[in-house]
Amino acid sequence: MGKTLQKIKVSTVNEMPKNLGKTVTIGSHEIALFHLANGEFRAIENRCPHKGGVLVEGIVSGDHVFCPMHDWKISVVNGEVQKPDNGCVKTFNVAIENGDVYIVL
Amino acid sequence: MTKQKLVLIGNGMAGVRCIEEIMKIQPERYEVTIFGSEPHPNYNRIQLSNVLQGATSIDDITINDWNWYKDNNITLFSGETVTNIDTIKQIIYSDGNRKVEYDQLILATGSIPFILPINGADKKGVTAFRNIEDCEKMIEYSKNNKKAAVIGGGLLGLEAARGLLNLGMQVDVIHLAEYLMDRQLDPTAGKMLQKELESQGMNFYLGKQTQEIFGETDVKGLRFSDGEEISADLVVMAVGIKPNIQLAKNSGIPVNRGIIVNDYMETGIPNIYAVGECAEHREMVYGLVAPLYEQGKVLAKRICGLKGEAYEGSVLSTKLKVSGVDVFSAGEIFEDEKAKSIKEFNEWNGTYKKVMIRNGKISGAVLFGDTKESNNLLSMINKNAEVSEYLIAGTSEELSVSLVSAMSNEEIICGCNGVTKGDIVSAIESKGLTSIDEVKSCTNASRSCGGCKPLVGDILELTLGDDFSKSNQKESICTCTTLTRDEVVAEIREKNLTHTREVMNVLGWNTSDGCSKCKPALNYYLGMIHPVEYEDEKESRYVNERLHANIQKDGTFSVVPRMYGGVTNPDQLRKIANVADKYNVKLLKVTGGQRIDLFGVEKDDLPSVWADLDMPSGYAYGKTLRTVKTCVGENFCRFGTQDSIGLGIALEKKFERVGTPHKVKMAVSACPRNCAESGIKDLGVVGVDGAWEIYIGGNGGTHLRAAELLCKVKTSDEVIEITGAYIQHYRETANYLERTSVWVERVGFDTIKAVIGDKQKRIELNQRLNEALSVLQEPWKEIIESNAIQTDLFQKVKIPVISNK
Ligand SMILES: Cc1cc2nc3c(=O)[nH]c(=O)nc-3n(C[C@H](O)[C@H](O)[C@H](O)COP(=O)(O)OP(=O)(O)OC[C@H]3O[C@@H](n4cnc5c(N)ncnc54)[C@H](O)[C@@H]3O)c2cc1C
Ligand code: SF4
Ligand code: FES
Repeated sequence: MGKTLQKIKVSTVNEMPKNLGKTVTIGSHEIALFHLANGEFRAIENRCPHKGGVLVEGIVSGDHVFCPMHDWKISVVNGEVQKPDNGCVKTFNVAIENGDVYIVL
Repeated sequence: MTKQKLVLIGNGMAGVRCIEEIMKIQPERYEVTIFGSEPHPNYNRIQLSNVLQGATSIDDITINDWNWYKDNNITLFSGETVTNIDTIKQIIYSDGNRKVEYDQLILATGSIPFILPINGADKKGVTAFRNIEDCEKMIEYSKNNKKAAVIGGGLLGLEAARGLLNLGMQVDVIHLAEYLMDRQLDPTAGKMLQKELESQGMNFYLGKQTQEIFGETDVKGLRFSDGEEISADLVVMAVGIKPNIQLAKNSGIPVNRGIIVNDYMETGIPNIYAVGECAEHREMVYGLVAPLYEQGKVLAKRICGLKGEAYEGSVLSTKLKVSGVDVFSAGEIFEDEKAKSIKEFNEWNGTYKKVMIRNGKISGAVLFGDTKESNNLLSMINKNAEVSEYLIAGTSEELSVSLVSAMSNEEIICGCNGVTKGDIVSAIESKGLTSIDEVKSCTNASRSCGGCKPLVGDILELTLGDDFSKSNQKESICTCTTLTRDEVVAEIREKNLTHTREVMNVLGWNTSDGCSKCKPALNYYLGMIHPVEYEDEKESRYVNERLHANIQKDGTFSVVPRMYGGVTNPDQLRKIANVADKYNVKLLKVTGGQRIDLFGVEKDDLPSVWADLDMPSGYAYGKTLRTVKTCVGENFCRFGTQDSIGLGIALEKKFERVGTPHKVKMAVSACPRNCAESGIKDLGVVGVDGAWEIYIGGNGGTHLRAAELLCKVKTSDEVIEITGAYIQHYRETANYLERTSVWVERVGFDTIKAVIGDKQKRIELNQRLNEALSVLQEPWKEIIESNAIQTDLFQKVKIPVISNK
């Protein structure tokens, strides 16, 4: 299809409080961007596979976010829903350069 | 007074168990000395099978370690064998050249494995299966050798064979009879067992008599009496045991097959007793621990000079410890002229059941494939139950829990350790036990073979039963920790912890960052404990409390401004209407709590919605005081006797914003018609002529609960004082997310009433609550005024469509 990857600046490291999510919409994508306790950034689709809960508002613990709707536990690293529930959300690559946060799309 | 000298010969299961019983009754009476031939402290011989099968390790099967002997002032001579007893002078002699006097002497020398008197039985690679050394030897052999032969298809032989298979050896089992476990099973069950074990990889030679073990110095193989030969590098003899009576015999103590004892375990010589496998009682010698422990109990009482019950023999029951095979046998198992049976054979499922009946009473049973009924059957056999009792129990398909509920307190649950249902129930009740492991360490039940574990579980369930919510407090706050709420709160106070991460680190959380259950709970507890200093952690709050608005299913939010006591005015209504227009609010709704709810606001619009409203936050989202619902009251209603609106507003203004374990709802009605529904609120107030009644613990939610009358007071000030004490007491003692209705039931209404009724406590509670209230701020205002919070929490990043060619 010949699509080229784009790096889109969405925030700066300083603007992102730890263990909280930020809603980022890029075109038709709604993305939940997280700044984890260990300093890493992760981006996943902002929709829970269960009933479409907005994951960006969930409680973040380690590498996981708990959906605020019905408490599904979802990895922000690979998007996998943790047992006993099933499913997967899309993940996006994040790049940090000179204190700026980019989502690669 | 010098202590009497008690000597035990034999540091095994029966003897030491008897000493434990004596220690329980009269720990100070005797100076105890124990001799044991084996170099180990007292260990669980039963578990050797499990060691061989890899389910446990030798290190883990010690029952009493060296410290136990020290702590109980017991002198132990291990690795030392008693060689002679002078029964006249009351002195024993050991192979360690020791000479020890005794006042009372217990023989518990166990048995020795029977070694077939055949050629080659002394070759290298032939072993019995009796002690740790035998077990180690088999493990050692399995490392360099492939072929094992087990002589004996009984319990022990099969357990050894299974272990050797697990150790990677090929195993042949040679058995004299035509079917396996012929002492405990009938041919049907024996054949089923054989099939099962063959499928696990065992190979059987049935109806075979071993005539010779051949090889040079090392074992090479076996020859049967019919001439057939098989090869083997290791031969395990498990053909039976005989009581170890040599010492007794040499010392002139009367013996037959075993050392002869009466119903009090006394031998024919004064001050000498025998228990365990070495003893013969009413012509019976027992080879399982349950009867031996019963004997030990009887003997302990005897030696302590108590008039105890006599030992009258035991019913034997058997379970094979081989995984994947459920076999049970108890009492008599063979039909004859007088003994009939009820049989059920299900070839499809591979289950078999035979219940024996003699003279109309249950006398024995064999179960294969499904042994759920074993405990029930054993207890019926033990009490000689009528067959009708069995038939009734059988047809009604009772649950296991009701099965234990039907048992009497005297019934033995753990046969190995002689623990009754009553012992377990009283331990659970008096010591507040909640797990099988706790019961195990407290009562010894299921400490040996573990067969009674399911029953112990049932008893726990039965005993805790309806009180299970009461025992909630013993549950850990989430799976990240084993600590309970109370323990966590106590540790936070004691260690002065100030941060959720700190609590998790210091208290050994098994996750580094907690979960959606413990994070908000810890955040609450820390705030409750350090109301002034603690800095609330936004990331540990559920979204509603973090953003101070209610999340809706589509990810938008609803906004509920505060209307104290449900009272509003045209000005407020106009503002609400304007905001609804400006932000395209999807729905305007009057809520159950007498407020107006604006639905469908986007997260990033929230701060400006609040600014436009310019009203305080209504906390329709928080774990805090939600609303105080009021009725019309004295000013307008023809029945009203009190100013319900005034009091409602006062309560709401006084207690708004303070964090509570769960949401709190209040209501004030001005007469018992109760238009504000005060009877189903966390705190409800009802006006009567000249007084207010205060009700607590009500709930109108999924678990409807009527509030209970706490007290009756004269003035509204008193209502506020009582309410303050009540809220603070709830804040301090409830589990996070526990509504007052559940809390009142768990803690007990009377207990709470007593605390709040205590003037001094009431004052202190109010002081602590006031301290917490003093630092609270109106959250909407705070956010409107803080750009930082707005960017951190509310701002969305929007990147318009991008071209992607
Ligand atoms: C592998 C295996 C599995 C078993 N599985 C089960 C089971 O599942 N269920 C069950 O109920 N039972 C089982 N048993 C049987 C149970 O272990 C015995 O019934 C029980 O250990 C007997 O206890 P005791 O005290 O009479 O003898 P032991 O435990 O044998 O103790 C006797 C001790 O006395 C010592 N001794 C002997 N003579 C002298 C002397 N002159 N001086 C000093 N010390 C001496 C011996 O060295 C020995 O340590 C099993 C046994 C074995 C070997
Ligand atoms: S509770 Fe009594 S006073 Fe209040 S509105 Fe109802 S009838 Fe009137
Ligand atoms: S929508 Fe996420 S858990 Fe239900």
